[in-house]
Amino acid sequence: MPPVLELREISKAFPGVLANDHVNVDLQEGEIHCLLGENGAGKTTLMNILYGLYKPDSGEIIVRGEKADIHGPNDAIARGIGMVHQHFMLVPVMTVTENVMLGVEEKRNGVFLDRAKVAKRIREISQLYGLEVDPDAYIKDLPVGTQQRVEIIKVLYRQADILILDEPTAVLTPQEVEGLFKVLRSLVEKGKSLIFITHKLKEVMNLADRITVLRNGRTVGTVIPGDVNPEKLASMMVGRDVNLVVQKKVAKPTDTALEVKELFVEDERNQMAVNGVSFEVKIGEVLGIAGVQGNGQTELVYALTGLLPVTQGKISILGEPLKRTTPRHILERGVAHIPEDRQRHGLILSFPIHDNLVLCTYYKPPFARGINLQQKKIISNAETLIDQFDVRTPSIYIPVSSLSGGNQQKVIVAREFSRPIKLLIASQPTRGLDVGSIEYIHSRIIEKRDEGTAVLLVSSELDEILALSDRIAVMYRGQIIDIVPAAQASKEYIGLLMAGIHPDEAAKAAPVSSGEEVERVF
Amino acid sequence: MAEKTYIHGTSPRQRMTVGAILIVFGVLMLLLFTPGTEAGQTAKFGMNLTSSAAIKIPDIILPVQTSLYVLSFIVVFLGAFQMARGIRSPGALFGIVAFAFVAAFLIWATKGKSLSLIGMLTSSLVRATPIALAALCGVISERAAVVNIGIEGIMLISAQASVVAATLSGSMALGLFVGVLAGALVAAFHAFLVIRFKVDQIVSGVAINIFATGATSFLSSKYLQHQGSLLNNSGTFPIIQIPLLSKIPVLGPIFFENNLVVYLMMLIVIVMHIVLFYTPWGLRTRAVGEHPKAADTLGINVFFVRYVNVIVGGMIAGLGGVYFTLGSVGRFDEVMTAGKGFIGLAAMIFGNWNPIGAFTSSLIFGFADSLQVKMQILSVPIPSSILAMAPYIVTMIVLTGVVGRAIPPAADGVAYEKQ
Repeated sequence: MPPVLELREISKAFPGVLANDHVNVDLQEGEIHCLLGENGAGKTTLMNILYGLYKPDSGEIIVRGEKADIHGPNDAIARGIGMVHQHFMLVPVMTVTENVMLGVEEKRNGVFLDRAKVAKRIREISQLYGLEVDPDAYIKDLPVGTQQRVEIIKVLYRQADILILDEPTAVLTPQEVEGLFKVLRSLVEKGKSLIFITHKLKEVMNLADRITVLRNGRTVGTVIPGDVNPEKLASMMVGRDVNLVVQKKVAKPTDTALEVKELFVEDERNQMAVNGVSFEVKIGEVLGIAGVQGNGQTELVYALTGLLPVTQGKISILGEPLKRTTPRHILERGVAHIPEDRQRHGLILSFPIHDNLVLCTYYKPPFARGINLQQKKIISNAETLIDQFDVRTPSIYIPVSSLSGGNQQKVIVAREFSRPIKLLIASQPTRGLDVGSIEYIHSRIIEKRDEGTAVLLVSSELDEILALSDRIAVMYRGQIIDIVPAAQASKEYIGLLMAGIHPDEAAKAAPVSSGEEVERVF
Repeated sequence: MAEKTYIHGTSPRQRMTVGAILIVFGVLMLLLFTPGTEAGQTAKFGMNLTSSAAIKIPDIILPVQTSLYVLSFIVVFLGAFQMARGIRSPGALFGIVAFAFVAAFLIWATKGKSLSLIGMLTSSLVRATPIALAALCGVISERAAVVNIGIEGIMLISAQASVVAATLSGSMALGLFVGVLAGALVAAFHAFLVIRFKVDQIVSGVAINIFATGATSFLSSKYLQHQGSLLNNSGTFPIIQIPLLSKIPVLGPIFFENNLVVYLMMLIVIVMHIVLFYTPWGLRTRAVGEHPKAADTLGINVFFVRYVNVIVGGMIAGLGGVYFTLGSVGRFDEVMTAGKGFIGLAAMIFGNWNPIGAFTSSLIFGFADSLQVKMQILSVPIPSSILAMAPYIVTMIVLTGVVGRAIPPAADGVAYEKQ
């Protein structure tokens, strides 16, 4: 049977990069075709070309045997191609119905919006594919999993039969991911064809009928999940062998490095985001904070690092209560911070690498003498660190903004790890990084733990939490609802807690511990 | 799991502070307004305009001292209630307190005299007209995420253009057309700069205001003043009484005995509300203002929607300009808009970017304006220059966000960049 969609020899160059270099992908009717690749491999560019958001420099798109000129989303929609974007394209202050009908509005008397008719169609689609959603709900009140269902309904409402899903699992809990996969399988059963973009190996193994791997804008190959294992896929993605298991010994926790008691923190809109949190982190252990994004983890870290004021509660570092909470005061107590938003809080993008490497220490000897900066010391410091932390850059004098995400993160890690620290607060340390950089940063964090640092790790990637942590705290709506030892923790149990299920209920539904040490692949 | 109750809502301390302030405010009202009043003194509020009154309704006559005591007591009571229990809706609380204060002020100012309340309300609507038109211009453009602070300038240019056109041609209709067209052209220029060239929207708006002030003043002093009867003497739109409707007591004279511009303004309020919330164009406009990228991925032409809305907004502001000349005094004076365009933007914010909200808040500003005029006539013992500040003070109070913060369209003021 001829493929329902074919991308032939697609090339697209942006200033300085060849994002797609003669890429070939074909999609059979009724299959789930995974597009696997690291960040910057060209997956999203390729799909944006298919959806008409970019214009390819060369190559052709063939839909159902016919050459298609796609100049914009309208052309793509007309050919039955629909896209679920990584960042949802939903208007938060509008209802589900309004979002679904936007652009293809049904009209009453030729003038007025016919909301009822659209709502009815939405209910039909919901029923048919098991996409439960209330057409009259406002998007801003819906959990992300449901918002994603709305995105899928939006595409189905436009009668698409080729669906592109761009990293759809990035924002979901494990249970929501399961639910999504079920929906996707039912879509395929009913004759839809899917392109599923991701960089997560496990999802691919789980879901795909075929896998095409992209690297540096080129097609590395198309394989069937049965023929490969995750290690093989990872090496196809990265271009070298990758160790997917974090090597770590059993933790030997000693003194308490960080103690948090009944902490309350308000977010920037004066809503109570952290709502009475207590925990402690010991030297030599990693405490992982799991949770779906937006449950107060960000504000917790901001409060601990002095970026947000504490409303109420106590923070002690190395047994001493924290009285002043300015960032510098906290840093000088031996706290290192790898911030969630590295470009906003971790680096000064327009500054050269060497200056970014002394942002915490520039005012002290050896980098300053009196009111003078010691340029030579700063330069030599940078040269050492670049080497030591494997930052790939042509020079230390270029602005950090021109580095890749992985190398930017290495600059932050180098800066924070190069001074004596007792507590490391790492927030989403590998977000958006490729497998190679993730591997590197993970091993440095574990190394730090073994040197006698307490580590507080915040991540919305459950696999990362499981791979690195010694104990796992789950945060939901500003509270820690349970803390469990990590070695034997079951992923299902933690997933349920992340969805807000009470620990007692969750323990009934899934075992707290899987009963054995499991190998953690991230 | 620790259960905490105050995830939402205000903290107890904030509640106590607001309550205490209200109690002090109530007492101050009493201390401010009662001195100089005498027992048995009354204040008379006229409820009929003499001209058209099919059904007479009785005038309101209030005993001054008792009324002041009652109003102060209401404020003190609300303060105490707020301290004890907390009031859910800060908007309603502020509304009642503001009403009590204004009522007390009016009663105090009218003690022993009489004031035509209907006359004041009628002039409130008239004075609210340019403010409302400016606010509506703001609503329609900002709903599509284009900030237009050049409304003041657009109104000035339209005011001048319309009066010159009407005087030269002798046709009021042509004057109206030229005024609206001038508004559309200036707005189109603004749209072109900020959409096509992504010029900062505030900078472009300020430029329009400066240009308009300079250009109209120059033309005015160079030509209009010397040849006033030739260029600057158009006459005004006649007052049209709407049959039947204008006979309704109280509402009739306020709403249905006005000139063309006022009627058009009220019509635009209704039409804009329907368009924004019940038609595809409105849905698209709001989507473009909230999340232009989402609209773009659904095949909506973001730039086109913005152009149309900004230009339609300019036409509405142009009508606002026409109000100043053809709709009011029949000639152009330098800088005669006197900040009404900016007050309109405040009304838009206070009205939460809603046509009806913008209209009702314009009425508040119009009321403040007409209040200060009436007070000067009643010869209240307050210097007239202080009274004249009333509309602007109300603007500032509103903009400080005392009355709850309004939420602008999410993409407001941000140029859309197609990848």
